[in-house]
Amino acid sequence: MKRIARSTLQTAANLIFFAVIATAILASVFFMTHDAIVKSEEAEKMKLITQIVPTTLFDNDIIQDKLNVAPNPLLGTEEVTIAYRARLKGEPSAVVLESIAPDGYSGKIFLILAVRANGELAGVRVVTHKETPGLGDYIELPKDPWIKGFDGKSREVYKDDDWKVKKDGGQFAYMAGATITPRAIVKAVNKALIYYAENREQLFAVSEPVKKEKRK
Amino acid sequence: MTLQEFRDIFHNGMWKQNPGIVQLLGLCPLLAVSSTVVNGVSLGLATAVVMALSGASIAPIRNYVPNEIRIPVFILIIAVLVTVVQYLMNAYMYGLYVVLGIFIPLIVTNCIVLARVEAFASKNGALASAWDGFAMGLGLTAVLGVLGAIREVIGKGTLFSGIDLALGDMAQGWVLHVIPDYKGFLLAILPPGAFIGLGLLIAGKNWLNLRAEAKARNKPVSTPMTGEAVQG
Repeated sequence: MKRIARSTLQTAANLIFFAVIATAILASVFFMTHDAIVKSEEAEKMKLITQIVPTTLFDNDIIQDKLNVAPNPLLGTEEVTIAYRARLKGEPSAVVLESIAPDGYSGKIFLILAVRANGELAGVRVVTHKETPGLGDYIELPKDPWIKGFDGKSREVYKDDDWKVKKDGGQFAYMAGATITPRAIVKAVNKALIYYAENREQLFAVSEPVKKEKRK
Repeated sequence: MTLQEFRDIFHNGMWKQNPGIVQLLGLCPLLAVSSTVVNGVSLGLATAVVMALSGASIAPIRNYVPNEIRIPVFILIIAVLVTVVQYLMNAYMYGLYVVLGIFIPLIVTNCIVLARVEAFASKNGALASAWDGFAMGLGLTAVLGVLGAIREVIGKGTLFSGIDLALGDMAQGWVLHVIPDYKGFLLAILPPGAFIGLGLLIAGKNWLNLRAEAKARNKPVSTPMTGEAVQG
């Protein structure tokens, strides 16, 4: 009995020994790569943001000028997302919002869109999606310029009925055989613009909410 | 370790015991990631690195790990190595990291890694084990690359698309458009294409093997015959 207890303890100690070493290695690699990971993630975000917000439109550190946006049905979000604010000489010039089109052909389509201060779209990009490759994936930029069709559009120029694909009587192009995908995106973009119109003041409010978060 | 042993291990990994088309281990990443050459080869190389490192780190401690807990310890070590590779890729090859996404952590569950550790590294020296892991990983990479090439050419008409994700912006112009103005063939890109392609690869390898065997079988019998024929 004693012998069994001893050998069990020994085995357990052995396993703990390996676990401790493994944890130590992981922890040190984590700290070694952490800065580089944060940097490359920010660079990636920045690349995406500068694609839709012209660099002439801002002179602030857009990555740091962020605001937590509460989940909202108009954005299709169920978790807090982050809005980035572009400012030129301190004046708000554009805001970058995340939005989710819940009704893609195969699940959610994640979008980011930049809205200029005057409510005009600076650009829209699809971040991730699961649409059929070769059929519904013309919403991705390198594959097709379709998504650029949103540039410069606003709810001033296009009324509610225009925010549909042409097949449904709206103004937006689509490709035969894959209408569900653009329909979902057009709807989501329109809703995001409504959200922007309703929350314009809060979206550009000078970084107070960020400070609040820091105090936590 | 003699040179011959090194060669045998390499031959085993690349051809005779190829994990992709002979042992049929690690099919999950094989089928999911092989939609393009770049994706396939990148995940294959990541797997090869993990396999070589796990062989090298498990072989030296194989005599100190009690038999009852060897599997959890092996898995622990493999998981650590995979996580390290994942951190490094996340930090220094972000584009590729995004593309391979979920499949990097899944290397841990790729049975080929544990299988080689269990079958080889727990019985052999560190150098041989590292070499074995690397050869097996390279064998997997070769299969992923070939399968990726087949699927990419048939499915999209290109080769090396997305290579800029792996090698940086300078590689942007390296994409080959094998078939210009190709409309694409969806089946090859979707999962069924991977199964069909893999089936063809296995069939091809078996055919080559059978041919080699037939040659070998005919040789001893036919030598005297040809000898006579030459004389006649």
